[in-house]
Amino acid sequence: MKEIYLDNNATTKVDEAVFEEMRPYFCELYGNPSSMHFFGGQVQGKVTEARGRVATLLGASPEEIVFTACGTESDNAAIRSALEVFPERRHVITSRVEHPAVLTQCRNLTQRGYRVTEIGVDGTGRLDMEELQAAVDDDTAIVSLMWANNETGVIFPVEEAAALAKSKGALFHSDAVQAVGKLPINMADSRIDMLSLSGHKLHAPKGIGVLYLRKGTPFRPFLVGGHQERSRRAGTENAAAIIALGKACELAGQHMDAENTTVKALRDRLQDALMRIIPHARINGGGAERLPNTTSIAFEFVEGEAILMLLSELGICASSGSACTSGSLEPSHVLRAMGVPFTCAHGSIRFSLSRYTTEAEIETVIREMPPIITRLRQMSPFGREFLKEQS
Amino acid sequence: MWDYTPIVKDHFLNPRNVGDIPDADAVGEVGSLACGDALKLYLKLDESKDKIVDAKFQTFGCASAIASSSALTEMVKGKNLDEALAISNQDIADFLGGLPEEKMHCSVMGQEALEVAIAKYRGHEAPVHSHDHDHGPAYPDQEGTVVCKCFGITDVFLKKVIETNRLTTPEQVTHFTKAGGGCGGCIPKIKELIDEVMGARPEEPRKRPEKLSNMKKMQLIQEVLERDVRPLLWADGGDLELIDIDGSKVQVAFRKACAGCASSGNTARMVEIKLRDLVAEDIVVEEVPA
Repeated sequence: MKEIYLDNNATTKVDEAVFEEMRPYFCELYGNPSSMHFFGGQVQGKVTEARGRVATLLGASPEEIVFTACGTESDNAAIRSALEVFPERRHVITSRVEHPAVLTQCRNLTQRGYRVTEIGVDGTGRLDMEELQAAVDDDTAIVSLMWANNETGVIFPVEEAAALAKSKGALFHSDAVQAVGKLPINMADSRIDMLSLSGHKLHAPKGIGVLYLRKGTPFRPFLVGGHQERSRRAGTENAAAIIALGKACELAGQHMDAENTTVKALRDRLQDALMRIIPHARINGGGAERLPNTTSIAFEFVEGEAILMLLSELGICASSGSACTSGSLEPSHVLRAMGVPFTCAHGSIRFSLSRYTTEAEIETVIREMPPIITRLRQMSPFGREFLKEQS
Repeated sequence: MWDYTPIVKDHFLNPRNVGDIPDADAVGEVGSLACGDALKLYLKLDESKDKIVDAKFQTFGCASAIASSSALTEMVKGKNLDEALAISNQDIADFLGGLPEEKMHCSVMGQEALEVAIAKYRGHEAPVHSHDHDHGPAYPDQEGTVVCKCFGITDVFLKKVIETNRLTTPEQVTHFTKAGGGCGGCIPKIKELIDEVMGARPEEPRKRPEKLSNMKKMQLIQEVLERDVRPLLWADGGDLELIDIDGSKVQVAFRKACAGCASSGNTARMVEIKLRDLVAEDIVVEEVPA
C-alpha cells in the first residue's frame, strides 16, 4: 500500500539529496572531526560547511549554531542554562500549549522551588500577551515560548514576547521546531536569545538538533566532558547527521516560497473541502495566523483514534488530539488550553503537509474522509442522535 | 501504534450488531462524550424473558472500544441473564485475543454496560449519585463515593475491578478504569483501595487443623476456596463455584475460562491438594458439569 503521508509535524521524509549528502560519512569518510589528521580534517570541513548552511537559514552567524541530538535536548539545555546563569532569579515563564519538551521541564521546576507561570491562550490558540506582560518581572530567569504550535500550527508573536522578556533582563528562548523551514527566520534582526530546531522536522534524519545561541548570551553547557561545539555541547559530533542537516537547511531555504504558496494552497484546499462537505466540524485555531502546512480539524461525535485507524486502512497517515492515541486519557493539553470542548477535542485530526504532498493525495483524502466520519457517526450514540435530527 | 490483535481489528473494521433495538427489553448506557468513550447496549429477551436473543450496540470511542462492544454483543447472544452476568471484562478481552493493557478500560466499559442493562431490567436500579465530576458521571448507576473526579469513578466500582482483575498498581487501575488518568489527584486513594482489596492476606503459613467438627470443616473448605483457590483461577480468567460438601467429598463446578478447559482435571487436582493441605487429608474433589 502506498502511503499518503500527512503527518509531517510528527516527522518528515529524509530528502534524497540530504541522504546522498550524508551517505559517504558512515563507511568511507568516518573520521572524527576533532582528529589531528587529514582524515578527520576533511569531515571537519564538511561540518563547518553544514554549520554555515544552518546559520544561513536562520540568518545567524555560524558560531551561534550549537549542534545537539534533538529538539528536546536543545529545549532542556536552554532552560537549564538560564537557571544556572541567573541563580538569584526564581521565576520561569512558558505557555500552556508548549511541547512537553519544554512544559514537563518547567513543571518539574516547581518541585525545586521555582515559580512557574504558564501563559494561557484564547479560543483560537493566540497567546495572551497581556498576561505575559503582567507576568514578566525582575525575578524571571527565562521566558520560553514556542514559535508555532505543533498541533494547531498557530504562530506566537515571539519577537514581541522576546522584547517583553528583555525589558526585565530575562533570557528568551523559543522552541522553533515546527517553524524552521516553514517560516522565514532572521536572527540577525531578532531579540531572541536561544532557539531550538530539530532536523527530522525538515527532511533531515532523526537524532540531530540545533540550539541557536546568540553571541554574548551567557550559557552553561548541559553536557560537559569535551571541547566540541566550543565546549557548549560535549560529545563527538554526529558528523553524518550534521552534514545532512546542513543540506536540509539549504534545501529548506530554497523551498520556503513553495511552503507558503503550493503547500499552503493544498492545505487550504483540504480544509475548505472537508469543512464544506462534513457538517459539525471546526478548525482548531482557524481564526489565528498558522503554519502553512498544518490544519487541525475537530469532527464532533466521533473519536480520533477510530478515525486514524480507518484512514490508516486506506494508507492515509495523520495524527489526532484524542486521548486514546497517546495512551493518556485526557485529550490534548493544547486543545484543552484553547477551551475546545471535550466533545470536539476527542475527534480532532491533524493533517500536516510537506513539499512532497501532491494534489492527487489531497483529493484522495477529500474523497475518503467524509464516509469515514459518517460511518463512525452512525455507530456512535451521539452521532446517531445528530444524524436523526438532521434527517 | 497500538498492537491490536487481528480479532480486535476485525471487530473494529467489521463490527457486529451495530444499531438499536426499538423494543429492547434492557438498555444499558455508560460513559459520556466528555470522557472520550461511551456505549449504549440493547438486549432483546425471548418469551420466557430469560434468554438473550438479540443484542445491539452504539459506541463512541476508539478502535478497541468499538471492538469490545462488538465482541460483547456476540458473546451475550444465546445466553440467559445469569450466564451473561458472569461475563467479566477479562472474558471480553480474551474473546478479542487480548487488549493492550492501556485499553483494558474498553472491556470494562462493555462489562459495565451489560451489568447496568440487566440490573435495570430486573428493577434493581442502583441509586444515582450526583457526582462532583468535571464532565458528567461515567457510570451513573454506580454506587459509592467518587474517588476519581476527572472520570467520575466510585470506590465501589474500583474495588470490584481491582478484585476481579487482581490489580496491584495504580497504573493498572488507570488502564482498566481510567481512574487516576486525568489530574492524578486520586492516585494515593487508589493505592489505599488496592491495599484494602489485595493487601488483606494472612502473613503466617497456615497448617491443617488437628481436629475438625463437620461444621468447622465445611466453613474451612469455603474459606480456602475463597482465599487460596479462586484468586489463582481469576489470574487465568477462570473461576469455580462450590456446589456441595458431603463429608469429605467436595463438589465444584468450573466457570468462565475453566469451564470446558482441557486441563480442568489438573485444576480439580490442584484444588484437592490445596484442600488436603489446609483442611483435611481425606478430601476428594469432584468436578460436576457446569
